[in-house]
Amino acid sequence: MKLRKVQDYFSLAGRALAFIFARPFYMQDLIQQMDEIGVKSLGIVLLTGFFTGMVLALQSSVSLARFGATMYIGSLVSASMIRELGPVLAGLMVAGRVGSGIAAQLGSMRVTEQIDALNTLGTDPIKKLVTPRVLAALIMLPVLTVINDFVGILGGNVISTVMVGIPSGLYWRTVWDQIGTDGFALRVIPTDFIQGITKPFVFGGIIAITGCYFGLNTTGGTEGVGQSTTRTVVMSSILILVVDYFLSQILLSVFAP
Amino acid sequence: MTDEKNRRGEGRRISERNADHVRAAIRDELAKDESIDAAHAPDAGTPVDAAPVIELQNVFLAFDTPILEDVSFVANKGETICIVGESGTGKSTTLKLILRLLIPEKGRVCIAGKDITPLSFVEALGVRQKMGMVFQGAALFDSMSVFENVAYPLREHTDLDEGEIEQRVREKLQFVDLDPDRVMEQLPSELSGGMRKRVGIARGMANNPEIMLYDEPTSGLDPLTTGTITRLIMKLQHELNVTSMVVSHDIRSVFRMATRVAVLHDRRIEFFGTPEEMAASDDTYLRDFLGGN
Ligand SMILES: Nc1ncnc2c1ncn2[C@@H]1O[C@H](COP(=O)(O)OP(=O)(O)OP(=O)(O)O)[C@@H](O)[C@H]1O
Ligand SMILES: [Mg+2]
Repeated sequence: MKLRKVQDYFSLAGRALAFIFARPFYMQDLIQQMDEIGVKSLGIVLLTGFFTGMVLALQSSVSLARFGATMYIGSLVSASMIRELGPVLAGLMVAGRVGSGIAAQLGSMRVTEQIDALNTLGTDPIKKLVTPRVLAALIMLPVLTVINDFVGILGGNVISTVMVGIPSGLYWRTVWDQIGTDGFALRVIPTDFIQGITKPFVFGGIIAITGCYFGLNTTGGTEGVGQSTTRTVVMSSILILVVDYFLSQILLSVFAP
Repeated sequence: MTDEKNRRGEGRRISERNADHVRAAIRDELAKDESIDAAHAPDAGTPVDAAPVIELQNVFLAFDTPILEDVSFVANKGETICIVGESGTGKSTTLKLILRLLIPEKGRVCIAGKDITPLSFVEALGVRQKMGMVFQGAALFDSMSVFENVAYPLREHTDLDEGEIEQRVREKLQFVDLDPDRVMEQLPSELSGGMRKRVGIARGMANNPEIMLYDEPTSGLDPLTTGTITRLIMKLQHELNVTSMVVSHDIRSVFRMATRVAVLHDRRIEFFGTPEEMAASDDTYLRDFLGGN
């Protein structure tokens, strides 16, 4: 029973991804979803990123002061943001905002027979509804993450300058040094960036597919829609944190210095 | 259990007393409608001569419990088959089998002589293009305007240009007695229940399908709108020779439009025949069913 569901989940993912390259392309749906998933999530990502950077700087300044190393705040903040907190926080925020929205929308389409109507009118609901959402999430989550990283480091900059007294120039120099120290892939791409971009790409897929899976499999009327949204947020948050660990391990071993 | 039986028995006794009234009323009804619907009256010969368009052969289906067992019936070209039965007996499910939204566990579902059960998902999409479906709750896409809803099957399956699409949408909306200029830009949530149903019919027939399926097209509507929609279904059948299958609880309109009636009861087809045969039947369940209406 459980195994069957896992199988369904992956078969949904597989079909949604395969349809990315098949006609007809629902361009308008894609653009609308990119707006919904990306542009409209910008606010919460900016806010959470900024405060996370600030608190990182604040906490690390205390620990670093013990070793007389407060000038390295920049490298600590940027390493944590780019490798871990940026992707994971953006993922969790978008899972809460967008994943639940996807599940609610597809769930109510399911219980009001609109999914059956799509099928009847000769449209594959996976192609029309799931693929644009998955593709939009795959594109937009890395973008959101880069923005999240940037405002996080900026937040760290504010705290380290105002409260710790590190000049901005020094802060940014340590940030750049940190990004460079782990080496470059293909000579130009910092390996930190590869980690920081691979993760949100995977998280985007997890969020969209989980939302679509629970939405499309909604049963039991409007009450069922509520359950689907809750399940989506819980399941995608868990998946993000678990997958994050294993991805880190893999990426670290691949790009071991 | 015994309580249940008692209540049934009681219902039966009462309905037996009423049975003659009921049959007389139905005969009256038929006589009255004959004059109104003379133009629409289905040819007596059609059902027998014409080729079978929809055919269910010994279909079995179960979800958690068995829903349909050994269900068979045929709809010939140009026929209007009405499916009646108590709530939850599997009427909507039967329509979904015909659309191949569901696949039977056993048995065959044939459309135009071709078994559709073994088709792949993509092939099934093709078969569905021949059919129009009006869902129980209309199932209009609530993110799209009325115009976009009716235009949807045209955009998906035809290469009509924008002007032709608009013309076709207007024509279909007029066919269902809606004023195109008033409703086209509205969202489904801004329409009344009866208007939504009519937009649902317009969308179902936009592609000029050969088969129309209606799931309770008149439930929850006032008698006048019910009459309008019943006439619409008959008009469609008469003017375009569409084969129709109508799930309905409204016995009056069933008797008006059906060439044959299928009664679903206890997972089986309890009765399949013309309305006249149904009215004349001595079957106790049928009399119960008609008497209770
Ligand atoms: N997707 C499903 N999963 C599980 N059970 C279902 C599903 N769809 C329908 N059923 C069950 O199948 C039975 C028949 O449902 P169906 O919708 O066909 O009834 P109906 O005859 O159309 O009733 P109504 O007149 O109330 O619309 C019901 O008991 C319902 O609970
Ligand atoms: Mg039903």
